[in-house]
Amino acid sequence: MKRLLVLVALLVGFLGTPVLADGLGPVIPKATGEAHPEGNLFMRINHMNLMKHDRDETVLKGDREISHSLKACIDCHVVNGDDGEPVSVKSEKHFCVVCHEFAAVKVDCFQCHNSKPQITTEALLKPELADANDIATYLKEAEE
Amino acid sequence: MNLPALKFSKKPGEMSRRDLLKSGGALATVTLAPGVTLMAFGGEATAAADPGKRWGLLIDVNKCDKGCTECVTACSKENGWKDTGHPETDAQWIRKVDLKDMATGREISAPVMCQHCEDAPCIDVCPTSASFKRPDGIVLVDKHACIGCRYCMMACPYKARSFIHEDLEDQKAHAPRGKGTVESCTLCVHRVDAGGTPACVEACNTTGHGAMMFGDLNDPESEIAKALASYPSVALRDDLRLNPGVRYSNL
Ligand code: HEC
Ligand code: HEC
Ligand code: HEC
Repeated sequence: MKRLLVLVALLVGFLGTPVLADGLGPVIPKATGEAHPEGNLFMRINHMNLMKHDRDETVLKGDREISHSLKACIDCHVVNGDDGEPVSVKSEKHFCVVCHEFAAVKVDCFQCHNSKPQITTEALLKPELADANDIATYLKEAEE
Repeated sequence: MNLPALKFSKKPGEMSRRDLLKSGGALATVTLAPGVTLMAFGGEATAAADPGKRWGLLIDVNKCDKGCTECVTACSKENGWKDTGHPETDAQWIRKVDLKDMATGREISAPVMCQHCEDAPCIDVCPTSASFKRPDGIVLVDKHACIGCRYCMMACPYKARSFIHEDLEDQKAHAPRGKGTVESCTLCVHRVDAGGTPACVEACNTTGHGAMMFGDLNDPESEIAKALASYPSVALRDDLRLNPGVRYSNL
């Protein structure tokens, strides 16, 4: 119930632009690349389930053509710090941290997963590589 | 030397639905009008671990140089693990083992990693099913399910698994790893899924030793299956009948 309340509060925070303008809701950083066909609202509510489902597709079945790869979230949802370099989850500016801080959610994903895009400079120089969510793809491209 | 026959998970020549779709799809893209793609088959033909395959390694001990640790270095670089300064708890993805036959004085050296057993003891003992075997024979830890109990480390006769004791940072994006979970050689599953070979094999070939061969044990036409069919090879701890996917020749 508490969770639901938080979620409702969060959503009201998002939807009511005046509230946002008052600075009561989290200010979600802009992303690069194409937006989600499911829409922002759907993603806000369901991102954890989508990732959990697709995670099993990759890890257990070896299917890498998933639509909700954590690696890919990190690539598109980069936030740069004052030094122009992508920030990690240690920073409160990180895409995954902004909302979670607000909604008091704690995730353990980044004990293992890197919270910064790996091929930073290349991805910045060649935006089309942001989609290549595998270093192998990138290396193959580099070889050619 | 008694060599257990490599078991085929599927009769050769028998096709899975996925194989069929794949070949059908390939044909369709060739024969149909441009613009008609694999998607015409309902998007079934996605790239996933193929149950018709069984990935494995063949290590030629004669070609392995005693002083060389390129395979270990390559694995460490690829998967982002480092020595921690505590050898007793260091990561055990791959290590070089040197042996000497006291009777003859023959010295050999070979890399040992997860042997990707068909009947893996680590899977039998795992209480959360985090230890599992992919359809293509690669034995992995699903770290999302691993609770760090380390039964699998006890069960593994090759001591091929290790536990992460430290907080980690800046891991490789393709090889997430973190404190409190068990890890082992993944046969570079992220590379294999992209059509590549494990980093150790690549590094061994780069040195010119060519002591490691990677391939599909189930495909009689593959280099590795042909080598296994032509020359003697052994499984480590053959007596346990685990039918590992890693084999050694000239041991
Ligand atoms: C204990 C370590 C660990 C933790 C914690 C962890 N993961 Fe993973 N995750 C892995 C490993 C290892 C893989 C396999 C990577 C591969 O094969 O490419 C993986 C793969 C994935 C994948 C598929 C590959 C990708 O990048 O899309 C997703 C999705 C995923 N994890 C989501 C999550 C989410 C969400 C969380 C947090 C709730 C999480 N993971 C926490 C270790 C971890
Ligand atoms: C191809 C690039 C791309 C990938 C990959 C991607 N996103 Fe997004 N995402 C976007 C864009 C663009 C938007 C719209 C942002 C906006 O409106 O400013 C967005 C919006 C969102 C929103 C809603 C934000 C808001 O303002 O309400 C959430 C939540 C979200 N993404 C989560 C994720 C998660 C979780 C993943 C990984 C499973 C992911 N995204 C992967 C590009 C991406
Ligand atoms: C638009 C705000 C927003 C963004 C951006 C966002 N999250 Fe969330 N996330 C939430 C909320 C709110 C919850 C809690 C929902 C609930 O408890 O029902 C949540 C829950 C989760 C959970 C489940 C936690 C649990 O213990 O059940 C995971 C995993 C998660 N988020 C991962 C991510 C990752 C990874 C990112 C960055 C790629 C991200 N989220 C970005 C709002 C967001």
